Amino acid sequence: MTAGPGPILEAHGISLRYPGQSAPVLKDFDFSLDKSEVVTLLGPSGVGKSSLLRVLAGLQAPASGTIRIDGEALSDVHPRLAMNFQNPGLLPWLDLEKNVAFGLDFARQPKLSREERQNRIDAAIAEVGLDHARRRRPSELSGGMAQRAALARCLARKPEVLLLDEPFGALDEITRAEMQDLLLKVVRDLETSAVLVTHDIDEALLVSDRIILLGGSPGHEIGQWTIDLPKPRHDAVSELGRLRIDILSTLRNARLHH
Amino acid sequence: MSVQSEPLSASNLAPASAPALNARANLLRARSLRLVLGLLGLGVLLAAWWLGTDVLARPESFAARFSPTAALPALGELLTGSDLPLHVMVSLRRVLVGLAIALALGVPIGILIGTSRFAEAATTPAFQFLRMISPLSWMPVAVMVFGVGDAPIYFLIAFATIWPIMLSTAAGVRALDPQWLLLSRSLAATRWETLSRIVIPGILGHVLTGARLAIGIAWIILVPCEMLGVSAGLGYFILDTRDRLAYPELMATILIIGVIGFALDSLARALVGRFAPGQA
Ligand SMILES: Nc1ncnc2c1ncn2[C@@H]1O[C@H](COP(=O)(O)OP(=O)(O)OP(=O)(O)O)[C@@H](O)[C@H]1O
Ligand SMILES: [Mg+2]
Repeated sequence: MTAGPGPILEAHGISLRYPGQSAPVLKDFDFSLDKSEVVTLLGPSGVGKSSLLRVLAGLQAPASGTIRIDGEALSDVHPRLAMNFQNPGLLPWLDLEKNVAFGLDFARQPKLSREERQNRIDAAIAEVGLDHARRRRPSELSGGMAQRAALARCLARKPEVLLLDEPFGALDEITRAEMQDLLLKVVRDLETSAVLVTHDIDEALLVSDRIILLGGSPGHEIGQWTIDLPKPRHDAVSELGRLRIDILSTLRNARLHH
Repeated sequence: MSVQSEPLSASNLAPASAPALNARANLLRARSLRLVLGLLGLGVLLAAWWLGTDVLARPESFAARFSPTAALPALGELLTGSDLPLHVMVSLRRVLVGLAIALALGVPIGILIGTSRFAEAATTPAFQFLRMISPLSWMPVAVMVFGVGDAPIYFLIAFATIWPIMLSTAAGVRALDPQWLLLSRSLAATRWETLSRIVIPGILGHVLTGARLAIGIAWIILVPCEMLGVSAGLGYFILDTRDRLAYPELMATILIIGVIGFALDSLARALVGRFAPGQA
């Protein structure tokens, strides 16, 4: 549910074309994210979800368009944004705690006192429930635990916006459900906003305040739904079922017209 | 007794809860079998030496002077004397200095080659060409350029060992997980931070594997390198024993060269296992 005044993240007129490709991946794309809002970018493989997320994260410069975070123009990666990748990407030579701490002491990150840094690390690890595994190496973590650790690595930076690229795609169904609950808890506890990329409609229905459906041709928005239901939504099956059908038929129509 | 009343089958020959225990016992058995076989092989080698010099050769023949029955006592004397430790230390120092030079040059060059397609394309033919020239062919040149003494030996060892270090470093850089680099980008890492926090720890296993190969090469070419223009070291000592007609000592020195080489390789392997478990 949305709260707070203006959008925290705004993108306007974003275009992107990879070298050597005939069609652009994104064309004149507009996007906005409110404070404490969870928006899902939903769509089939190859529509440019990851590309859009990389542009929003400042990891990829768009050919044109502007991105603003809290009104401030963004041209490079920004400490108020943290991106969580599809694979946990933990560093195998560091234990979990050091992985979570990774990057906090980098020169271009906001300066923290040693004590503050440790507090953040502790809080992030506690938030994802991995207190018992601080000293473990990544090879000693299950897939779900590794994904939690990667999330904690983002949280330690106290981002205002979490960018999540299919973070639960490689997990089994039960672990994925746990991670979805965890994501909701994190967003609520830390009052962050989040952009979640997924191609799992049910995941989108369970966690989002708003769903943006991409489909048809790359970077093409074909529908948008605001879901004003309280979370968690495990019991709201009938309302969500109707939405689900709606999204699926929109997707199918878009296919037919291309 | 109930045991007799049960039908005899494979499944109740072993206790049901024992698979883990069994696996461990099997591993232990396999390991001790390897050890026994290894010792057996060494024993065969020793026996062949003894057969060739003491048994089959006639006592007054030249071959008989290289017999283990003379070499082993000589080995005992060498080990307790003061000469041999000196030569060993000199040789080890040369290997270490040569390797250090090779690492200091090979790792940065390897990182450069692994990072830049351009540098790779520009250097590959030249390096393949240089790599295939036996380092010993440079020996006269090295002595002329660096003079007699330790310097040409450092050069030759560095020259021979830089290739495996360089090539495995470059392979290590190419094998880095692209997502780690994306992570460092998203953290606004400086070049130095990316290098010191991601690239170098990430390629450590490859570098150590290259260094292990390099140690083997260094030890092998050390001895011929020390046969020219120096007055200490194991290569020098081999020629010295020959000139003194001290053949048992010569054979004992050969044994020592083998043992130290074996130890160096084990040490290198242990380092790889310790600092980069599973990476090599
Ligand atoms: N680095 C790149 N260079 C060139 N083309 C790219 C690059 N990354 C993505 N593309 C292309 O851009 C299009 C969109 O890719 P993108 O990865 O953004 O899609 P996606 O929606 O995230 O798909 P998926 O669900 O499979 O992850 C695809 O056609 C892809 O081939
Ligand atoms: Mg993607």
